[in-house]
Amino acid sequence: MKSKTLFDKIWDGHVVRSIEAGPDVLYIDRHYIHEVTSPQAFNGLKERGIPVFRPDKTLATADHNIPTKDQHLEIKDALSRNQVEKLSENCSKYGIELFGLNHSRNGIVHVIGPELGYTLPGMTIVCGDSHTSTHGAFGTIAFGIGTSEVEMVLATQCIMQPKPKKMRIAINGTLKKGVTSKDIIMYIISEISTGGGTGYFVEFSGSAIIALSMEARMTICNMSIEMGARGGLIAPDETTFSYLRKLPEIRGVKDLESSINEWKNLKSDSDAIFDRELEFDAADIKPMITYGTNPGMGMAIDASIPMPADKPGESSSSYLKSLDYMGLKPGMKLLGHPVDFVFIGSCTNGRIEDFRAFAQIIRGRQKASNIQALIVPGSKRVEEQMVAEGLIEIFKNAGFEVRQPGLLLLSGNE
Amino acid sequence: MAKVKFDILESTCVPLPLENVDTDQIIPARFLSATSREGFGNNLFRDWRYLKTGEPNEKFVLNNPVFGGKVLVTGKNFGSGSSREHAVWAIFDYGFRAVISSFFADIFMNNSLNNGLLPIVISDELLIKLQEMILKDPATMVKIDLEKQTLTILPTGESVKFAINPYKKECLLKGLDDIDFLLGMKDMITSYENNKRVAK
Ligand code: SF4
Repeated sequence: MKSKTLFDKIWDGHVVRSIEAGPDVLYIDRHYIHEVTSPQAFNGLKERGIPVFRPDKTLATADHNIPTKDQHLEIKDALSRNQVEKLSENCSKYGIELFGLNHSRNGIVHVIGPELGYTLPGMTIVCGDSHTSTHGAFGTIAFGIGTSEVEMVLATQCIMQPKPKKMRIAINGTLKKGVTSKDIIMYIISEISTGGGTGYFVEFSGSAIIALSMEARMTICNMSIEMGARGGLIAPDETTFSYLRKLPEIRGVKDLESSINEWKNLKSDSDAIFDRELEFDAADIKPMITYGTNPGMGMAIDASIPMPADKPGESSSSYLKSLDYMGLKPGMKLLGHPVDFVFIGSCTNGRIEDFRAFAQIIRGRQKASNIQALIVPGSKRVEEQMVAEGLIEIFKNAGFEVRQPGLLLLSGNE
Repeated sequence: MAKVKFDILESTCVPLPLENVDTDQIIPARFLSATSREGFGNNLFRDWRYLKTGEPNEKFVLNNPVFGGKVLVTGKNFGSGSSREHAVWAIFDYGFRAVISSFFADIFMNNSLNNGLLPIVISDELLIKLQEMILKDPATMVKIDLEKQTLTILPTGESVKFAINPYKKECLLKGLDDIDFLLGMKDMITSYENNKRVAK
């Protein structure tokens, strides 16, 4: 048999039909929906007069346009209230399980998919949100789709996609102290630019990746789209399996151990061929900081802002414009620069591990008075854990404002 | 979904010679709250079109009566950022039927093709030249022939071929919809499910 990459194995196993000179029809195992990109899709179904084909493979949450304060009160903004209501209506009409606002398991879709045992190795997962790539950390093909495609998946549980090219990025060696998975991905993006992954699905591998926790892997896969990639994935291994074993519930699997045995085959064959391969040395990665308006504008924390000529893939006029917007200049250092705003949360960094690490740093300290500092847990479960572990207290004592789960700060509505 | 046919389009163009325009600039996140597809055109490039005071920004090209047409000619790397399809709806709803650039973000490209908006990729050089021509003479017409996959700059007669996925091309030409197509193969999907021991 021809050797295959992990990506090929999962993709090929989900092709219902290949259209000549066209895209593949790909079967979708999990479809996550939320209030912002689903209403028009449901309208489409109504106009066609057809049901949701596989409601049991669809999971809904309200997370994008909900307030992160006073969630028990009626939503003030009429449009976003309407979206949340429409979602509930549609879910009950079509028989879709909903983890809505005030549900004890509500949260950001990319946080709750894994923690509720829906995201499992070998699956195909889509959601109308670009950070769907997060789920690739479990060895899945997961990617963001548009609303027309949401409608398509609701109607047929399939999606039409041309098969992307494959890239492997290996990070070998040991990470320096204080370097996290977010630094790894920021480093990769700063090296290959925000367009460096365009057209590819990326497998992350190498000893430094294998050493990462599930949460850290999710952060890397989450941000794989920031380098232009369609998505990222990491082969499941013992770390993945022990994460799954600890979950209170796994959806749709009768015998976890026998599934785990199958999932052990989910890896790229040793002689599999990728369209592009890159390798980086973990020891070269330092804590990163960004200085511009796109995620490719990142550098080691002690470095100086690069000269335009040293930023290939970025036109120098728009590079300088962006620096100008930030009030910075090439050659400047950021160390010593004052901080105005601290935010920890989002689908990238709203998991319990992120908050634990942060609490370690600020325990017993106080934020400076000029700084506005916000903490937004990724889900209700993360919030519960934070309470149980006394983290909320630590944050509040340090002068941070702790909000309720959601994404609004990011979509700019607040 | 695309039920709009596209075959030949002859039109003047609106130039937007900016690079790295992302979906948040095309349609700012605060306008995503609507639950229907229509009306997004009003907020296309909202923060460029209007000043903070709410007055139209006279300097922005969409507010310049000299330029008009169904073809938007943008700078390199158009449509990156969030996957919001609203960006495409806004452009389509405003009245554009084709967007020309030297590079589009993947998801934007897909979303466009799914919604009857034709994304055309041309070389950096030609893009810059076309923009200059339009800026100099706003009456510059282009002709887009989807069947032949050609873009012709009418005043000079210069013509280039553009690439498009053949399946998407068929769909656009016939005004066919992907969902109709998939609904027609329900049996195949069900038998896939039965054979493949799909995770429940
Ligand atoms: S940060 Fe939040 S709003 Fe933005 S893509 Fe990720 S999940 Fe969606």
